[in-house]
Amino acid sequence: MTSALDSQQVAGSGGRSIIRTAFAGLGWGVLIMFALIEILPFVFTVANSFKCLPAVQRFPAALIPSFSTSECVNEEGRPLPADEVANEVTFSPTLQGYDEIFDAQLPRWFFNTAFVAVIITVLRLAIDSLAGYALARIKFPGNRLFFFVILGTMMVPVIVLLIPRFIILKQFGILNTYQGLILPLAADAFGIFLMKQFFESVPGEIEEAAMVDGASRLTMFLRVILPMATPALTALAIFSFQGAWNDFLMPLIILSGNRELWTLPVGLAFLRGAYGETLRWHAFLAGSVLTTLPLALIFFYFQRYFVEGISYSGLKG
Amino acid sequence: MATAVQAKQQPGILTMAAKRRQEAIAGLTFMLPAMIIFLIFLIIPIGAALYISFTDWNGISPVLEEGAYDYVGTANYSDLLRGYHVEDGREVSAAIRQRDFFIALKNTVYYVIGVVPVQTLIALVLAVIVNQRWLKAKGFFRTAFYFPSITSSVVISLIFMFMFSRGGLVNQAIGGVLAGYSDNYINWLDDPRGLVHLILEPLGVTRASAGSWAGNRTLGLTGWEWISGPSITLLTIMILNVWTTIGTMMIIFLAALQNIPGHVYEAAAIDGANAWNVFRKITVPLLRPTIFFVVTLGLIGTFQVFDQVYVISSGGPAKTTLTVAYMVFQNGFDRSAMGLASATALVLFVIIFTFSILQRVVVRERAD
Repeated sequence: MTSALDSQQVAGSGGRSIIRTAFAGLGWGVLIMFALIEILPFVFTVANSFKCLPAVQRFPAALIPSFSTSECVNEEGRPLPADEVANEVTFSPTLQGYDEIFDAQLPRWFFNTAFVAVIITVLRLAIDSLAGYALARIKFPGNRLFFFVILGTMMVPVIVLLIPRFIILKQFGILNTYQGLILPLAADAFGIFLMKQFFESVPGEIEEAAMVDGASRLTMFLRVILPMATPALTALAIFSFQGAWNDFLMPLIILSGNRELWTLPVGLAFLRGAYGETLRWHAFLAGSVLTTLPLALIFFYFQRYFVEGISYSGLKG
Repeated sequence: MATAVQAKQQPGILTMAAKRRQEAIAGLTFMLPAMIIFLIFLIIPIGAALYISFTDWNGISPVLEEGAYDYVGTANYSDLLRGYHVEDGREVSAAIRQRDFFIALKNTVYYVIGVVPVQTLIALVLAVIVNQRWLKAKGFFRTAFYFPSITSSVVISLIFMFMFSRGGLVNQAIGGVLAGYSDNYINWLDDPRGLVHLILEPLGVTRASAGSWAGNRTLGLTGWEWISGPSITLLTIMILNVWTTIGTMMIIFLAALQNIPGHVYEAAAIDGANAWNVFRKITVPLLRPTIFFVVTLGLIGTFQVFDQVYVISSGGPAKTTLTVAYMVFQNGFDRSAMGLASATALVLFVIIFTFSILQRVVVRERAD
């Protein structure tokens, strides 16, 4: 893993070491600048989600909460002006935004999103790993054809499937239902591909040993192969959950007629439309924080799998 | 290996043919759930989309009942691409449909050629720096860059609206640095002025002074409209897109960089190559397949931009953020023109497909 700049050290001369230091300084500068650009919006989002509405647009934006919480209104019930609930550095934290977004059905959306995402993830783990295993290990007629069909569907943009899926779900009578949201996503090409790739790396001797013991394909798959696939299954679970949690276009179409089943992205987008120009920023930012929080927790806990999964998909190109 | 030979030499109760049949049944059974889902929700829909694009179905009348729609041949495609179709021997104008389609296509193309090179380049530069051995805290930077990629597109759009609103943080911050800016805030979320028009203006080039081509219409749009560049609002969404995607792209580049064996660089060092030459002559050529992969991913993603447009601007102001994907949604679900929407989606598919194939061909050539 020797890099370009290290190589210069190998060649090393006095003049070059100054250049090297300058390069390192420049590199650090670029990285820190981009890290700030990528992370600061989230810092502002979290801080402002705990502010009273008038203080949200105050500038310079205070990022540090003070110890005294605020109700945001005076004794007569009028909103306090921005300067009374925040200064340049600190602000009086409040849960006003969170109260407001809770009143707008956020808990319901949260439950719907979590429920749908969990079911989709479980179904994909089962269906994708079965299919991936068959494609990797079992000789059956059409094996290669199935593989190329599945690979080919990866090229089809969702926008093309939008209208026909809408019609099919309508014909099945499952538009505006959980099933309507779950079934089209119960298997996916990327997941099958990932599992196939993994199962191909499992040594054949293991299966042959099980075969000698007279195990059927299914027993062998469940008892011997699947337990070995935990890393691949974890990566698949994370990507499926993340995808289902954030999905917007299909739920927007499928659930438009049933507010009870809205997911977080659909609910937030609807609120944005309903509020129009008079945006209730503290509530939106509170909703943004709550929508991001579960994925953030999963991300920090399973970071290795995210990175490995992404790199893996990249190397396939 | 020993077990493999033994297994084959022990036919047991099963003959080879029976065993092969059993394997076929096992294989197909394992594939069955996935194939049912793929058939119903992917393969049939592709055929259905094609069929619907040749009809005038409105999306409301029950699709399987007689008289729910008429077969109109290629009329939808003709409306989009030529601005008219022929019905009973006479021409029916559809100038607005054509104009809208090419406005959407123009916006989408500006979006793609703005976003894809910028995000690829930034991601590559960041990956090369993070890959340096002297760099500490690699994990921190990787996390910081990747974090936006896990966030919902709707949430990101809301955060950007918050930051880019008229009195928002971005304008306030620019105002703090740039004297006089506070009297003249850019209205990022609602400004239809085209970037190229804005650059030409101080140079004294206006629509009136540009010459006759500026007023000539091609495919429903005047020359002046064609060269507009992305509007300020579309530019804001482009910034959002770059901001969100560079993390993913960077991780893909980083993985590829780590696959380049160290001795390649050592050889270059012995030959006395400097850093820039190493990057240009060694790193970039070795990364070529990855670069093309990242560009393909970028093309597929940006050609379909929808979520951000839906949340931030709904296609406005003055249709300057109307993208092809948003147009499909609008025609299909707001205006009940499912046939037209399907045709639009398929044209987009052909465009994306062509670009993907082009990328593949180039990758193959380079790999050989």
